[in-house]
Amino acid sequence: MDADVIVIGAGIVGAACAQALAQAGRRVLVLDARIGGATGAGMGHLVVMDDNAAELELSRHSVAQWRELAPRMSEDCAYSACGTLWIAANDEEMAEAERKQQRLRAHGIDSRLLDARELANAEPALRKGLAGALEVPGDGILYAPNAARWLLAQATDSVRVEHAKVEAIEDDGALSLADGSHRTAPQIVLANGIQATTLCPELPIRPKKGHLLITDRYPGTVHHQLVELGYVTSAHHSDGDSVAFNVQPRPTGQLLVGSSRQFDTTDPAVEAPMLARMLQRTLDYLPGLANLNAVRSWTGMRAASPDGLPLLGKHPWREKLWLAVGHEGLGVTTAPGSAHLLAALMTDATPDFDATPYAPRGLRETA
Amino acid sequence: MSAHTLLNIDGHLVRVKAGSSVAAALRVAGGMGVARTSVTGQKRAPFCGMGVCQECRVLIDGRRRLACQTVCAEGMRVETTG
Ligand SMILES: Cc1cc2nc3c(=O)[nH]c(=O)nc-3n(C[C@H](O)[C@H](O)[C@H](O)COP(=O)(O)OP(=O)(O)OC[C@H]3O[C@@H](n4cnc5c(N)ncnc54)[C@H](O)[C@@H]3O)c2cc1C
Ligand code: FES
Repeated sequence: MDADVIVIGAGIVGAACAQALAQAGRRVLVLDARIGGATGAGMGHLVVMDDNAAELELSRHSVAQWRELAPRMSEDCAYSACGTLWIAANDEEMAEAERKQQRLRAHGIDSRLLDARELANAEPALRKGLAGALEVPGDGILYAPNAARWLLAQATDSVRVEHAKVEAIEDDGALSLADGSHRTAPQIVLANGIQATTLCPELPIRPKKGHLLITDRYPGTVHHQLVELGYVTSAHHSDGDSVAFNVQPRPTGQLLVGSSRQFDTTDPAVEAPMLARMLQRTLDYLPGLANLNAVRSWTGMRAASPDGLPLLGKHPWREKLWLAVGHEGLGVTTAPGSAHLLAALMTDATPDFDATPYAPRGLRETA
Repeated sequence: MSAHTLLNIDGHLVRVKAGSSVAAALRVAGGMGVARTSVTGQKRAPFCGMGVCQECRVLIDGRRRLACQTVCAEGMRVETTG
């Protein structure tokens, strides 16, 4: 097959791009080095985020697309429409929950405020004395590695996956592979997550490390994805380590526990002090966790851009190259919307929403 | 100290050498020493024997613990259906 487009990376973003391009009539070759990435490490929370208008637009569009895909997705994608509870610890955070509801409402997103008693009824495992919560029922979760495979399998006639490592992108846009061979196509999409800077050192992307832990099966302990409202402030510091309460009920009955954020380390090792901080924060909200068994903990690297928005669009000076990188902690959620935008731009179609906020920016000229 | 320990595995009394791990007791109790059943219904047995693989999870006196990391105690109740 002669490809119209080559996608570098078969994580959730590359898979979604390949699928969207195939839907637009393109023949797509996906190259993946099988070194793995954030897709296999993350939480898979499909969540509408409203820190700024562009993030809200992209996540809203994407979560709606996931909801549409869900009934067709294979069971091992483990999609669950559990919704999110944004937990308010005190009155100040409750006021934030109300502001959040107004922002979401202005964009047509359904949500519901729970007072302290309603929250205790909805999630009895939470500690007493919390102020309340904002429930966003349209959010969900899925198992991202399987969802990526499923997306790639949707267009077997026009999407081919080859396991190969791209070593370099030449000036004319041709790709040199590790085995010494070359591949070329009229358009190339860079979607290799945190590895993007190995091929394009000029990209403004930094690793942001996260720890996760999963428990044994305790079905019915928690019903929604639970996130502290303080998350909004702690997760978006651009520097310094932080932890936030974030627990996900897996369909197996396991609890997936996040989240931590650390800059300037590429060491994948689980760090006991960081894990301890994260679990202490979890215990502040979910004291019963102390009696449960953890079965595994691991880390992953988020590909962070300076302003937290992904870079989607044509590379300003590299021949044939399009970017789909920098999805940070929201790439599972925003994969379908990112793919929709990029595929529209690449095929001269009009995207459903404005692409300008995500246009590649902040690239440094390198020698 | 007696040379043997008597414990209860899924309602059956099992006698093992004192100092045996619960994982060993599961083998004594029968067959492959199944500890748990996966979400897809597969029988899982102790694998690494050193607290890493987590395949030997059982309920011991009502708490989920690793069979390979727990020494049998007189009168202990082990359940493999958790
Ligand atoms: C701890 C943690 C928690 C997270 N939680 C969430 C969450 O709850 N919700 C959410 O939406 N997002 C979450 N994320 C973010 C999300 O996981 C990522 O944004 C997303 O997976 C990025 O996908 P990707 O396809 O861009 O990159 P990746 O998944 O990293 O995929 C890159 C692919 O490129 C391949 N590759 C790399 N280099 C080359 C090369 N040179 N040649 C060929 N192939 C190559 C790799 O093998 C890999 O398959 C989390 C991330 C982390 C780390
Ligand atoms: S046998 Fe591997 S943890 Fe017990």
